[in-house]
Amino acid sequence: MEGLIGPLRDCRVNLGRMNLSRSGLLKFLDGISSKPTARYLTYSISVVFFFALILIPPILGILLKWDQMGQIFNDPSLESRALAAIYASFGIALFVSLVDVVAGLPLAWFIARGRSRWLTALDTLVDIPFILPTVALGYSLLLFWSQPGGISSLFGWSLVSPGWLLIILLHFVFSYPIIVRVMVGALLDYQIVFEEASRTLGAPPLTADRTVTLSILKPSLVSSFILAFARSISETGATLMVAGTFENGPVFISNARAENLGDGPLVFVSFVLIAVSFMIFAVITALGPRLKLPTKRVWPSIERRLSGFNVAISRNTLTIVIFALVVLLPTLFVAFPAFYAVFSGTLLQAFSGTGIWQVYWHSLLLSYFVAAIVTLFNTLVGLPMAVLIARRRAGALPSTVLDVLVNVPLIVPSIALGASMSFFWSNFAFVPEIVLLVFAHISITFPYFVRAMASAIQRISMDLEEASRILGARPFTLFRTIILPLTKYSLFAGALLVFTRSVDETGATLAVVTTLKTAPVLLVAWVKGTVPATALDKGLGIGFLVVLSFVVLLVLRLAVRGKERRL
Amino acid sequence: MPEVRVENVSKKFGNGKIVAVDNVSLHIKNKEYFSLLGPSGCGKTTLLRLIAGLIKPDEGNIYIDEKLVNDVPPEDRGIGFVFQTYALFPHMDVWDNVTYGPRVKAWGTEQSNKIGREMLEMVRLYERLKAFPQELSGGMMQRVAVARALSAGAKLLLLDEPLGALDAKIRLELRYEIRRLVKDLELTAIHVTHDQGEAMAISDRIAVMRKGKILQVGTPQELYMNPREIFVANFVGESNFLEGYVESVGDKGSVVELRGKLRVRVLDKSKGSGERVVLAIRPEALELEKGHKKIENALLGRIERVRFEGTMIRYEVRLENEDSVVVTRPTLAGEWLNVDEKVTVSFPPDKTFVFMYPSRGLREELLAE
Repeated sequence: MEGLIGPLRDCRVNLGRMNLSRSGLLKFLDGISSKPTARYLTYSISVVFFFALILIPPILGILLKWDQMGQIFNDPSLESRALAAIYASFGIALFVSLVDVVAGLPLAWFIARGRSRWLTALDTLVDIPFILPTVALGYSLLLFWSQPGGISSLFGWSLVSPGWLLIILLHFVFSYPIIVRVMVGALLDYQIVFEEASRTLGAPPLTADRTVTLSILKPSLVSSFILAFARSISETGATLMVAGTFENGPVFISNARAENLGDGPLVFVSFVLIAVSFMIFAVITALGPRLKLPTKRVWPSIERRLSGFNVAISRNTLTIVIFALVVLLPTLFVAFPAFYAVFSGTLLQAFSGTGIWQVYWHSLLLSYFVAAIVTLFNTLVGLPMAVLIARRRAGALPSTVLDVLVNVPLIVPSIALGASMSFFWSNFAFVPEIVLLVFAHISITFPYFVRAMASAIQRISMDLEEASRILGARPFTLFRTIILPLTKYSLFAGALLVFTRSVDETGATLAVVTTLKTAPVLLVAWVKGTVPATALDKGLGIGFLVVLSFVVLLVLRLAVRGKERRL
Repeated sequence: MPEVRVENVSKKFGNGKIVAVDNVSLHIKNKEYFSLLGPSGCGKTTLLRLIAGLIKPDEGNIYIDEKLVNDVPPEDRGIGFVFQTYALFPHMDVWDNVTYGPRVKAWGTEQSNKIGREMLEMVRLYERLKAFPQELSGGMMQRVAVARALSAGAKLLLLDEPLGALDAKIRLELRYEIRRLVKDLELTAIHVTHDQGEAMAISDRIAVMRKGKILQVGTPQELYMNPREIFVANFVGESNFLEGYVESVGDKGSVVELRGKLRVRVLDKSKGSGERVVLAIRPEALELEKGHKKIENALLGRIERVRFEGTMIRYEVRLENEDSVVVTRPTLAGEWLNVDEKVTVSFPPDKTFVFMYPSRGLREELLAE
């Protein structure tokens, strides 16, 4: 306490004596920062917020409603329905992630190793399914595969009706860019000397890649698998659009809410989703490094032939064709109704706010408002957390524990997280819906910012900090003049990631609020027909969301440009 | 048996802006231990990688055993390559690393095991076969890398600064070990290095390279005793350089006038009268006598600095014309001289080289890059 009184006293004197000029404020903060107490306080506030708002409520929420789970065991049909939904979630996630790795790896290889000018364009195209708001993706795939007007019009009927196959196609599409992005990065960072060594020892390219490169890249394979898995387990909005009558975890929770089945089923499914996700990730993270890829057996003649130029061309062509037909084309399909709507009267209707459009603009405004608050909060609270984790300020073990805990909202399905949070906060009758919404979005997006900032801070060599301190910089000045400038790209990128994720979030929103409708939630209602909207309305509504997302992302690209692209 | 012929090979990088290898031609004989010697950036590693097939030449042809290999991929050239960073596969232990070559060529388990064991025993690391690369010291990793390169049965061994990352003492031991292995197995070896001591100690012949070109090829003795360029005289061994003009050329050699109108007679008659030249003479070739004496072909001077270097003592002498030379004498060969002593420095005419004064200036010419 005494540590604070000194500078506070000086501060009062300062404030009394001079204007609160910028330099005065900076000097004040600087002076405070060298007091250990002040620093502990900053970090503690951050950690306390993390636990109080993000980590504890969901856990307590489930515990508080624990006994209600019994409700589900008394109803066998409900129980089997819930279990079926859970199996579906994990089954689909595992299957889709595996297929994504198998299909995405050749494309990543092609992009990373190729020598064409078109590769930068291809690289950008691959990102599109990841950038698009998932509700846009869902509607686009729905249109393409099943409703008249899509590819099905060639066949006269729905090629793929809403159901588990469409869900699989959807999840395949939005996790595909994750695999490609991670593996391209890993391949570009990879030291080519190992492959060269392998070739000089007589291995044809395919054998060299299989026995040496792939093994060294295994950690990236595992982490991209985990990311794809997490996205599949968690996604709600688009899945709702394409599910039809099929149910996976998030769809079940959403339906259970709509059907007013009571809290029991919700608690049960949320708990199982959270617990099993956790276990799966723990297992994969622990066993992943031990996974032995087949490197002992070689088939020289076959692999030599498969390394041939012609085989490579056919393989690359096949990969690109699959990408174009199964991933890219369906993703972009929503452009058609959107453009059609622009050139019909719908655009004017939209801008004049008639009918359903009034609610639409309110929802859009709400989405961006919430996103802005969430981004601000996460940046302020996340920065100390990131520093704490990156520089291990809490000691080696506690910092590592925090590092792991920060990841929890990432691996837990967002709708389950939202549901358990609402259980917790429902005990406090006075919490308004908008606050709940903000809390839920904060939880889900917090890890993105902290991860981005922590990695960026870790990349700054300790030498720079030490040099700065020897030259006389206090902690706050060090942070302001060294760390911030060197991490500003990551800070910006992290904030933008939080912002877009919040705008996109559907599952948690559905779980946590009933009257407030964010843009994606509204669009799901439009598409499913619970709120009547014409095809043109839907196309345009989604179109606006897409355009706005692209604007936001263009800003991100311009800010980060030149940092990582080195094709 | 591999002999290697490089014919007019060029390689450019950066859209043609950087010429790494500039119209190089070389002939490396069968079973020869050949070194590519030069400063960083001279193109020696690029040339080695061209021979290995890791990169393709922009111009010219490469022949291994009289076969044109320009379009032959590295795995089909029958070579072994030792990388500067060893490039041992981190996810395989020593045994798997060393037997990788035979396994990948599908030689069969028995054959692979036999060769693996033979090679590991040759480098005396058979007891460490279960270790992973991270557990080994630098010297051990290098020996495993050599064993691995050899066990694929290659007859042409390419080494890219194999000793660069090692301690000085280990470097000295390992270089002889590598040469012995190559000679015992009757291989052809091409060894890239920037260390002229290393190159001279183990090579049958050396090619000195600079800025993508080959300056001189010869045995270590030839390069040392008869450098044909100023750069070679400076890079291989050490030289003193003195600027001057050829005053006259006669039967017994030329007379060169140095700064301060001092004259020195040399055996070389190749430069004409009036030409601006540079004299080069090795520190150990200069003779030093105490006191100022009137000896033929000698200049007077004063010792400025004395440095004890173990086997040699190094004297920095300021001559009467303000030029400075370094003279080295064996420690045990005679009386030690002191700083500020007056001395007489003799220039043996047969050991003094004469070069044309370089158009770019002496300092530029001596620069490594």
